[in-house]
Amino acid sequence: MKIVVCVNHVPDTATRVNISTNQKTIDSNGVTYVVNPYDEFAIEEALKTKEAVGGEVVAISLGNETNKETLRKVLAMGVDSAVLLKTEEAMDSLSVAKALAQEIKIQNTELVFMGKQSVDYDNAIMGQYVAAILDFNIVAAATNFNLSGNKIIAEREIEGGKETIETSIPAVITAQKGLNEPRYASLKGIMAAKKKVIEEKEIIISGNFVNVIEMKKPPQKAAGKIVGVDASAVPELVRLLKEEAKVI
Amino acid sequence: MKKFEAVDYFNIIDLLNEEEKLVQVSVRTFVDAEVIPIIEEYYQEAKFPFQLIPKLAELGVFGMTLPEKYGCAGMNNLAYGLVNQELERGDSGLRSFMSVQSSLVMYPIFTFGSEEQKMKWLPKLANAEAIGCFGLTEPDYGSNPNGMIAKAEKVSGGFLLNGAKMWITNGSIADIAIVWAKLDGVVKGFIVEKGFKGFSAPEIKKKHSLRASITSELIFEDVFVPDGNLLPAANGLKAPLMCLNQARFSIAWGVTGSMLACYDSALEYAKTRIQFNKPIASYQLTQDKLVTMLTEITKTQLLNLQLAKLKDSGNIKHTQISLAKRNNVEKALEIARTAREIFGASGITSEYPIMRHANNLESVKTYEGTHEMHTLIIGEDITGLGAF
Repeated sequence: MKIVVCVNHVPDTATRVNISTNQKTIDSNGVTYVVNPYDEFAIEEALKTKEAVGGEVVAISLGNETNKETLRKVLAMGVDSAVLLKTEEAMDSLSVAKALAQEIKIQNTELVFMGKQSVDYDNAIMGQYVAAILDFNIVAAATNFNLSGNKIIAEREIEGGKETIETSIPAVITAQKGLNEPRYASLKGIMAAKKKVIEEKEIIISGNFVNVIEMKKPPQKAAGKIVGVDASAVPELVRLLKEEAKVI
Repeated sequence: MKKFEAVDYFNIIDLLNEEEKLVQVSVRTFVDAEVIPIIEEYYQEAKFPFQLIPKLAELGVFGMTLPEKYGCAGMNNLAYGLVNQELERGDSGLRSFMSVQSSLVMYPIFTFGSEEQKMKWLPKLANAEAIGCFGLTEPDYGSNPNGMIAKAEKVSGGFLLNGAKMWITNGSIADIAIVWAKLDGVVKGFIVEKGFKGFSAPEIKKKHSLRASITSELIFEDVFVPDGNLLPAANGLKAPLMCLNQARFSIAWGVTGSMLACYDSALEYAKTRIQFNKPIASYQLTQDKLVTMLTEITKTQLLNLQLAKLKDSGNIKHTQISLAKRNNVEKALEIARTAREIFGASGITSEYPIMRHANNLESVKTYEGTHEMHTLIIGEDITGLGAF
């Protein structure tokens, strides 16, 4: 079975991000990029599924030349081959979904994994969009996944509990933390990845459906106020919490 | 706790190739997830974290520079250096475990062993089915290994080995020991297997340093070692010294990991510790400490990079490795001590990694050639006059 995993190249969550001068994108200078953490669960599940049922895993990433770093890491984890959908344009979620869906069709697969969201823009919509465009079933934010023939039994976290669901391929599975423990890229895997191919395809978009008007950082926090250092400050603190902060 | 950030003031990462970067990220992630959360406890309780061994094997770090045909990754020395650095950022004991297995056990079998010995042992050592140790130092012969007392005597079908070795990392848990002993006055290497009659390896306890690492004594009392366990290509003291050069390379890189850990924690602490209503990082004396640490780290990183490039080119001199080992360990120790000053009392607790690194580095300063011996090795090289 051919399995596709969609991976995104995102700023490390520990990186301090600045906004570029056009105020519509982030300034990528000095930013460390990593494989989107939720996509790592997707990669692991794709690899485990391949190990169980056989076949191959193809990774697809959309972005520019720098996405190759992420694809190389994914190949080092054990993915068999990769496709880079190359664009320098900023694309909205639906445009990305259309481009991914088109490539998934070309790959002729019935099982697609991806993270439940990317930690850069956090729209958490990609899996659902792709499934809808392809007319695939969707399991969103899966914490457990089992494939038996065409049948999928999966678990999802819901408010206050878990639900177990049944569906079938073709399907898109979006991965939630807890689905598995992603493997490390082993040194042998890193060496093997050197011989694997990243196919590059230029993509052209007809225009975005959602455009960014402005990005700005949250306002700086005002300095705190110290009302005292011992018990004598308690009445004043209570008064301020009641009257100024209005939290008690 | 804040996520560890490895300082790279001179963008040295740009000088690494794609594989080297991936190796660094992979091992760093491993250390963050598997080592940092548990290591203080293991250190305090003087236990080795055995559960990490199969995981390290799965990562593929053991003998990672050796060829694929022996189950190894076939990577370059720069990548090996980075692995040492990342592991020692976790703990020097863990790095020592890996570097003994790779540099002092797999390397001599690869370099001086027969093809049969290589096929028998290297794949097992690479996947940690077998653990190894290296016996050169003796209770009375440290800096002067040529004086060794350990002796092998030819008997029918093999050798009889007698003697003792001291300060042996991994000794008590090893499945094989690479043991150096004199046969008719010439230093020879033997693969001594666990369970050979007369071979024992008691652990040395009550250490104040390298507590998350096993250190042992090796005792040989009329141990019969079959002919097939002699390393055929090792003749003379040069052979074990070649192994030590591998290990010293690991140390030069490894201690950079200790430096990075101490600096990162000290910087963060200095920015958040308030005294006289200001963070202590705002005071000139603290800034001087931090800048000195950063400068030494940067110099070490650049030194290591060229050291690895020399090693990969095959043109490295052992004196260059001595210089790097000597300098880097001393600077790492200074950095750990300076970090400890920035931390004040907190620096001595296990809440921060400082004292653990400082204590570990005390051993590193004198093992694999003491600081003084490396001084004299380099001194002899530049003056042409031996002082020992």
